Amino acid sequence: MPLILIVGAGRVGSSVARSMLAAGNEVSILDEDPLSHERLDSGMDTTWEDSGGRFTVGHGLEIDALREAGIDQADVFIASTDGDNTNLTIAQIASKQFGVPKVIVRVMDPRRAEWYEEQGLHTICPTRYAIEMFERALGV
Amino acid sequence: MYVVIAGAGKVGWNLARELITKGHEVTVIESERSRYLTVEQELEHAIQYGDATELWVLERAGINRADLTIAVTGDDEDNLLICQIAKEKYLCSRIIARVNNPRNRPYFELLGIQPVVSATDLILRLIEHEVPSYGLVHLLDLRDEQLEIIEVEVGQGAAAAGRKVAEVELPDGALIISVLRNGRGFVPKADTVIDAGDEVLLVLDPGLEERITAQFSGAG
Repeated sequence: MPLILIVGAGRVGSSVARSMLAAGNEVSILDEDPLSHERLDSGMDTTWEDSGGRFTVGHGLEIDALREAGIDQADVFIASTDGDNTNLTIAQIASKQFGVPKVIVRVMDPRRAEWYEEQGLHTICPTRYAIEMFERALGV
Repeated sequence: MYVVIAGAGKVGWNLARELITKGHEVTVIESERSRYLTVEQELEHAIQYGDATELWVLERAGINRADLTIAVTGDDEDNLLICQIAKEKYLCSRIIARVNNPRNRPYFELLGIQPVVSATDLILRLIEHEVPSYGLVHLLDLRDEQLEIIEVEVGQGAAAAGRKVAEVELPDGALIISVLRNGRGFVPKADTVIDAGDEVLLVLDPGLEERITAQFSGAG
């Protein structure tokens, strides 16, 4: 069963975590805020752990926390904290130090998302989508 | 020389002042508005307001023609990414990054960001130097060249005490380059006898520290 490690379980990270778990993956979340755990459970019939998920409290730059969350076995690494700089840093660490095969990083800043994409990182830029949606809504 | 400095904290501000005094052209970038306004009163046009991790802010500061980029914000991820972009996107030939948390130092090395400066490490180095009982002191680490210079005090009853330099059992890749005795340093010859209480400077390949300590530390 593939292990997916998600760092940063805000609105995006927690939703992706839930759907990946429902799709039959092993999902581990690393977040420095215990409140994120409550967000995972809200509106659900079972708690995150009872559903089979893993949750570690810690920062994505701490090696110990990354190891505890299972980075050594991870098949997929998702960097979705609310900070571009944290995401870009930990994504590169996951890729270069731990050799995680698939690394996806959220970057709000479109220009940096584009440049890091050119450097080989798989980036997702919500701002770019928002711009496109607005343009479409305005008929540009 | 044209220098771009990210971060107008105490380090960035003082660096800018020193470099300007020495005749260099400097632009400091500060992302906090109130701090920017304070420093701007002195540095005037040599400081700009903005987030130095954003490309357009770096470009406005003239990163394209910078000879040196220094990232000294209080945030290690910011410093790392600013230097990475300066080096790899804008081909700035020289970068210097500040490491706030020494535990993050390996990440800078992993991503090729060199050299780095860590105040915590510098203070630790000074403590080691000022407190001789600490044992082995790193005076200089040349990481790229894979060489280091260390200082070690010869303990009472140490294997090396009372021996000639030529007879001290050193591993390959280690060489005694100086002896400090009674406040004076000199370059020893092969027949110089090393005494307990001397401080000995060695140049060595990294990783030999334990075998050096075994020769010079006292019995018990």
